[in-house]
Parts: sequence; structure tokens; C-alpha cells
Amino acid sequence: MVTNATSLGRSGLFDWLVQRFSALVLLAYAICILGSLALTPDLEYESWRAQFDMPAMRIFSLIALLSLCAHAWVGIWTVTTDYLNEAQLGRAGTLIRLLAQTVCALLTLIYLFWGIRIFWGG
Amino acid sequence: MNCDCHARLLRIYSRRLRKQASIGKVKTSRPINLNLFSIKWPVTALVSIAHRVSGILLFLATALLLYLLDLSLQSEAGFRQAADLLASPAASFLIWLVVVALLYHLIAGSRHLLMDIGIGESWRAGKFAATAVIVFSLIGAILAGFWLW
Repeated sequence: MVTNATSLGRSGLFDWLVQRFSALVLLAYAICILGSLALTPDLEYESWRAQFDMPAMRIFSLIALLSLCAHAWVGIWTVTTDYLNEAQLGRAGTLIRLLAQTVCALLTLIYLFWGIRIFWGG
Repeated sequence: MNCDCHARLLRIYSRRLRKQASIGKVKTSRPINLNLFSIKWPVTALVSIAHRVSGILLFLATALLLYLLDLSLQSEAGFRQAADLLASPAASFLIWLVVVALLYHLIAGSRHLLMDIGIGESWRAGKFAATAVIVFSLIGAILAGFWLW
């Protein structure tokens, strides 16, 4: 289907599921990080570093990062196909949408590789 | 079936539709209004569009968060640099906005997840939950403010 050319999994149901599961992962990760930040008012470098060096945390962070990228892409696809289209913007709609999606895809990939370097590099 | 035949069928069908429309049976052109500034905004719509806006903000803010995380994990000096950055009024206000967007997105998203499993789908429950999302987010925003300053 041409209308699905830029969706994550080429299928609405797949994207729907990815959106929900990644949402749960991100909710858990956000609670984990915000909770630990809120519980340690006087955060020091050593403990902060140690927290992200734990093997379990590294895996959790990577899964959260992948979830973030997938979740963001499904969300951006939804919003861009809703507002940046020919019905809203006239004939240039498709071109504008593809440009916006290209920028967002690049940013998503940058986040992915940057995040992998932060969590797993060094 | 050749194309000619298709076109003829289409013409016949559209003529019939127009005829029905003229005697008030069928509306051929249903009203379409995509102008977001001219439609009514019930609380559910407000919560829904804000979920989208906060999502886009968070997507852009991820760059800032990754930068701060990267800096703070690099070294003792980097950690202090990140902490100093967060201590400035402009940066801490920005971080507050990002935290509020995150809390809002999480709370409004949780409402969607609950609705997906069949909780709060009726108009009344949906309206109530949407109001609750706003109230919880406001409380979260105040708590985040206390936490940051």
C-alpha cells in the first residue's frame, strides 16, 4: 500500500503494537530514572556513573533507547501524515511531509547511535 | 472489463447519486472541516492534541537530554559542568519544561493505554479521565518545580 510507505512496519496493526509496548518500556524507564533522581538529592559523579555501568542498567537503557526511536518514529509518522499532507497544504504537501520525515528520521538515527555510544561505549 | 466500461459505470453511478442528493436522500459531499482553529475544543480534544505537541517537544528535547547525559557521564569535570549548566535559570527553566512535557506525555499516554484495554472509553469516563490528566500534570509540574528550585 502506497499510503503505508513511510510507516515503521508497513502495517498499522504492527505500528500500533510497537507504539504500546515501547510506551510501557519508556514509562518504566522514566519512572526508574526520575525516581532515582528524586531519591538522591545530592547526586555524585561516582554513583551516577556506577548506576549506568551496571549490566542490567546498560541493557535496560539500550532497550529504552530502541523503544524511544521506534515510539518516536510511529508518533512522527502519525502526526506528519495527519497535518503535512495534500489535504492540508495543497500540492506541495507530500514533498513537505517527506522532507520533514527525512529530518526526523536522521535525528532519530543520530539519537540511536549517540545513545548506544553513551550507554555502551567506553 | 475495459476502461471505457468503467468510466461509463462511474458516470451512471455519480449521476444517480446526484439525483438522489437533489431529492435529499443522500449527501454526496459530506462536510469536511480540517481547520483546527475553527472547531470546538472539548477537554478530550485538548488533552489529545497536547499529547501530540508534548510528544514532538520531547522528540526535539531528546537531543538536550542526551547531551546532558553524555556530558555528566564522561568525567567528574563533565558531571560538574552539567550540574553548573542546570543551575543557570534559563537552562533549569528549559529542563523544567521538558520534565513537565514528559510527565504530561506519560500521564496522557497512560490514559490511552487504559482505554486500549477497555477502561474509560465512554464519553463521561473519557472526559473525567482527560480532566484527571490535566490535574495530575499540574500537580506534577508544581512538584517538578519544587524539585528543580
